[in-house]
Amino acid sequence: MGNKKEKAPARSKVLQRRETLVSYLFLLPALFFFVGFVITPMAMGVITSFTDASFTDPVGKFVGLKNYIRLFQDKIFIKSAINTVIIVVVSVPVVTAFSLWVGSAIYRMHAGLRSFYRCVFYLPVVTGSVAVTVVWKWMFDKYDGLLNYIIRALGGKPLPWTSGESMALWCIILILFTTSIGQPIVLYVAALGNVDASLEEAAKVDGANDFQVFWKIKWPSIMPTTLYVAVITTINSFQCFALIQLLTSGGPNYSTSTVMYLLYDIAFKTTKEFGYADAMGVVLAIVIALFSALQFKVMNGGTTE
Amino acid sequence: MKKKTMTPYIIITGIILVALAIFFLFPLYWIVTGSVKEKSDIIIKSGEMVKWIPTRITWDNYQRLFKTGTELFGIQMPMAIRWLFNSVFISVVAMGLTCVCASLAGYVLAKKRFWGKGFVFSLFVCAMALPKQVILIPLMTEMSNLGLLKSVWGSMFAVIFPVVGWPFGVFLMKQFSENIPSSLLEAARIDGAGELRTFVEVAFPIIKPGFGALAIFTFINSWNEYPLQLVMLTQNEAKTISLGIASKLSEMSNDFGLIMAGAALAAVPIIIVFLCFQKYFTQGITMGAVKG
Repeated sequence: MGNKKEKAPARSKVLQRRETLVSYLFLLPALFFFVGFVITPMAMGVITSFTDASFTDPVGKFVGLKNYIRLFQDKIFIKSAINTVIIVVVSVPVVTAFSLWVGSAIYRMHAGLRSFYRCVFYLPVVTGSVAVTVVWKWMFDKYDGLLNYIIRALGGKPLPWTSGESMALWCIILILFTTSIGQPIVLYVAALGNVDASLEEAAKVDGANDFQVFWKIKWPSIMPTTLYVAVITTINSFQCFALIQLLTSGGPNYSTSTVMYLLYDIAFKTTKEFGYADAMGVVLAIVIALFSALQFKVMNGGTTE
Repeated sequence: MKKKTMTPYIIITGIILVALAIFFLFPLYWIVTGSVKEKSDIIIKSGEMVKWIPTRITWDNYQRLFKTGTELFGIQMPMAIRWLFNSVFISVVAMGLTCVCASLAGYVLAKKRFWGKGFVFSLFVCAMALPKQVILIPLMTEMSNLGLLKSVWGSMFAVIFPVVGWPFGVFLMKQFSENIPSSLLEAARIDGAGELRTFVEVAFPIIKPGFGALAIFTFINSWNEYPLQLVMLTQNEAKTISLGIASKLSEMSNDFGLIMAGAALAAVPIIIVFLCFQKYFTQGITMGAVKG
């Protein structure tokens, strides 16, 4: 794929100019929405983060780095940041390992069975976070919830679930898990299906066992997928929001508040300080951007033009 | 080629997979059955069996959900049906706009050589990797400045536009457009076909699977794009079904029957759409991710 460009014949300036014009006409609709509703708000967000803008005064005045300094003195922000890190650190390895396991278990199954499992694990994503969260809210309910019923039936003591400070975050992680593994499984099934079968056969002829075949042959060839899965799971976990807003509203006592939730809470619910909330957004974006550099590398696989 | 022996490993894997499948399907089962359960089945009394299956199917929950009425194009309808209409409207418009914009852009990014191409493409990819929820606040201010948030229809477009602007579709369609043989395009040019005609008649048939994948992907994503809806759709008539259910949850969090009826109304249509087009969907996910 790499040398395709060099082979193209040299063309006249006029033709090249015409092609540029045509290309931009084709790009125009996409660029309009992209620049208007992605790039512009991003730039506005960065600018606002240096002001004291609020709901009542959406423009505000320049305050320098005040919002950023305040962030690191804000106990609630620090607590939310720690919760966010816990969610990411727990869910990324679990989601990656688990989806790899499911992927390897189902990729060689009969096509019908394979797509059945793929659908089942993708279902929570399609169902949408609202429907998924409301049903879990019911199952977690202290009195009418299914989970405490089962515990009582087995003779145990009912648990507080989402209303317990030490448990609530784990409930969030559990639901996040069910909505996160669908896409990685689809990716792994595809990647494992593309592993060169002849290599595998050759290794088996040479007497390699299943475990060796996995580590020496499959693992290296699905490495790009693993990296990609890790990156998208990281981004999704950092942004976990709907579950929290619907299930716990960050409570009890901020035990499930994340940076994304706190940002929303400050901007739209409590003090409505847009500038301060935007500073949180910028910090969150920078942290995620560190991972994005990795994603960019993985996705382009060296064929950047 | 592969021996079908039942090793303990295969048996254990099978059992775990079935158990997991039940675990993943159960919430959906609980939504659908919960939506037709009587109140006495929903409340768990101590010492009694939980009602795994509804004792009697009732539409009471739906009736309560449909109690508030509204009007659309002069037709009387329950508010929840209006919400469902809004969800469909937002998803269909976002899907149409995204498909047109992204396939045009993806095509030129893959097949044309022009000044600034590298820059434009890097911009798309970089933005894609950034968290879209971070721009929620400036987006709301922008939409409000544009005057879109004052009206019901305007605020629905305030949800649609950022979805269309999201560069994933451009990236996906570029991947699919790489498959168009340059010789075919060259031949069309020599035959004197215009650029737009070449795109419609030569390129489009080749990128059609990508188009399908993107369409279904965008439809489902905008149906479930909750944070954006939450911020933009503040008027009751403008709400989507997901957002409507979320607001019902905060109003009457103990009426689980009604909430489940709403959840079923939000989930079942989109699941049917997904099941019908899942082949395209899988293709979209894999193509959008890793390039060979």
